[in-house]
Amino acid sequence: MYLSSRRSDDALALDLAGDWRVRNFGALARELAAVPLAGAHSVLIDAARLEALDLSAAWLLQGFIERAHAAGAQVHFIAGEPDLIRLVEPRAATVGAASAAAVPAVTIESPAPARRWLTEPLALLGRNTVLAGRDSLGGLSFLGRAALTLLSAIARPRRLRPVSIARHLYDTGVTAIPIITLIAFLISVIIAYLGAQQLARYGATILVADLVAIGVLRELGVLLTAIIVAGRSGSAFAAEIGSMRLNEEVDALYAMGVDPFEVLVLPRLLGLALALPLLTIVADLVGLAGGAVLCRAVLHIPLSQYLVRVREAISATTFWVGVIKAPVFAILIGAAGTLRGMQVSGSSRELGRLTTMAVVQAIFLVILADAIFAIVFMELDI
Amino acid sequence: MIYPVVEVRGLVNRFGTQLVHDGLDMEVRAGEVFGVIGASGSGKTVLLRSILGLRRPQAGVIRLQGRDITRLGPRQLTAVKADYGVTFQHGALFSSLSVLQNVQVPMLEHLALPADALAALAHLKLHLVGLGADAGKSPAQLSGGMVKRAALARALALDPGLLFLDEPTSGLDPISAADFDALLLDLHRELRLTVVMITHDLDTIFRTCNRVGVIVDRRMVSDTLEGMLDNPHPWIQAYFHGVRAQSRARLAASASAAPVGGGPRHGA
Repeated sequence: MYLSSRRSDDALALDLAGDWRVRNFGALARELAAVPLAGAHSVLIDAARLEALDLSAAWLLQGFIERAHAAGAQVHFIAGEPDLIRLVEPRAATVGAASAAAVPAVTIESPAPARRWLTEPLALLGRNTVLAGRDSLGGLSFLGRAALTLLSAIARPRRLRPVSIARHLYDTGVTAIPIITLIAFLISVIIAYLGAQQLARYGATILVADLVAIGVLRELGVLLTAIIVAGRSGSAFAAEIGSMRLNEEVDALYAMGVDPFEVLVLPRLLGLALALPLLTIVADLVGLAGGAVLCRAVLHIPLSQYLVRVREAISATTFWVGVIKAPVFAILIGAAGTLRGMQVSGSSRELGRLTTMAVVQAIFLVILADAIFAIVFMELDI
Repeated sequence: MIYPVVEVRGLVNRFGTQLVHDGLDMEVRAGEVFGVIGASGSGKTVLLRSILGLRRPQAGVIRLQGRDITRLGPRQLTAVKADYGVTFQHGALFSSLSVLQNVQVPMLEHLALPADALAALAHLKLHLVGLGADAGKSPAQLSGGMVKRAALARALALDPGLLFLDEPTSGLDPISAADFDALLLDLHRELRLTVVMITHDLDTIFRTCNRVGVIVDRRMVSDTLEGMLDNPHPWIQAYFHGVRAQSRARLAASASAAPVGGGPRHGA
């Protein structure tokens, strides 16, 4: 019990006692709310037996005093007003202002809902379309600037930063070999196994070799590699450059007269453009090997027969059709990662948002480009 | 003709509807230590970023050694940038490189030095700022004061004539800050530097600055320290004669009133 109230005809006496602190906020609020104010013309508050009063409890008490005023009662303190009450007196002003603001806000918005369901989605659509358009333009100009930087760097080879390119070749390529190997092996085994089950119905189990060879070399090798690299390196690019932005390191580069495009963006793009084709070749080899292992172990096709089938299945272009896509995918992944990284500003939340966006867009762009390649190759009859 | 080292005329910076600078003028002469002060949010860092070319102002002329940096092509701009050093508020050391490599970055970019000279010069710069023993550390291993010193060493990498320092003593304890001031004064005298420094630190201002520029009402008022103390503008009055400044003056007065001799005494 934090207060006791005594009621005479039109007067209310309130004895406050105990620990009036924020940890008892709920109980204090309940007890104050339960005090019957109706019909009271004067309220006498005795705060002498209070053990403690903190700012939050004083704010509650002030709220009660205002309710008493509103009910037409005079409020007096018997043993003097606690000092803290003065600190929370602006409550009247703030609460009043808030409720006053809320009232016209309702009247202003009340005619709107009739149309809002129509206009708001439209406005959202329009806004996002414009933003997406600007974003695409930004991406294009980013690529353009990277190309210009590359041209001017080719003129002065030291500006190509071979050491940095080598580092990124290692980070994005060499260290990715284990996961690429594993995925390529498993995927080719799965394809061979599923394919064998279907082909067995026609007694054409041997065609599994064709399926694996063409599937892995043309599509799956490069596509899976690109998607894994987008997840690994696209995010790494965005996070590295983004945290450098947050730490003002990119500004420091500008201020030193060093072009961040030259030292941060270009080596990453070039490193990845070298790494992805090489990784694709690894994935192709491992994928063919995975098919061979499954054919041997499960389908009992001897290795020599598998190899003959593979050689007959693929044409001169099959391998190159896959590998040629890799540098293009690499540029898309690298550009998405570095662009989003360079866009980071202000907060770590931005860093997370843009890193996510980098990976999602890298994967999207890779698949989009793959679809375009497929159409082009089909039209070219390759 | 002798140009001012830094000359800003009619600078206008705007963020959306918020006007930060409105016709700001600033002039720094050769050999000065020029302090830029102003309330938080008055656009000190925005001014610095404009001068460094990190931000394109809406209007105005910015000349460094008489060259208008808003009209220079990229190659000329690079040459201008090699003539000054910058330290950022939080150091902005390259976190993936060691302290020594940080100092070497500008040298590698702008100079063709043999490897032994590169290492020796970088070590020299680190010795200059008192970090000789910490060359191999990574920025994450440095204390706040050491980060500021390492950033200073990097800013000095190309032996610039002009230094821009953004809050070089913020976040340092008073002793480290005083050490940094002393270091800066030494370097200023020995290397004949011109220094433009953004700071909030009254002690640093009184100890190091020849002139100060105060950003008030979106413009700059520049004067010597003595002149600034008499300036009637209310914000400047409050800044130099406010509670913090007075307690500082009281401390100084009691220290000088203390009897000489006996054991070391500190302010009352």
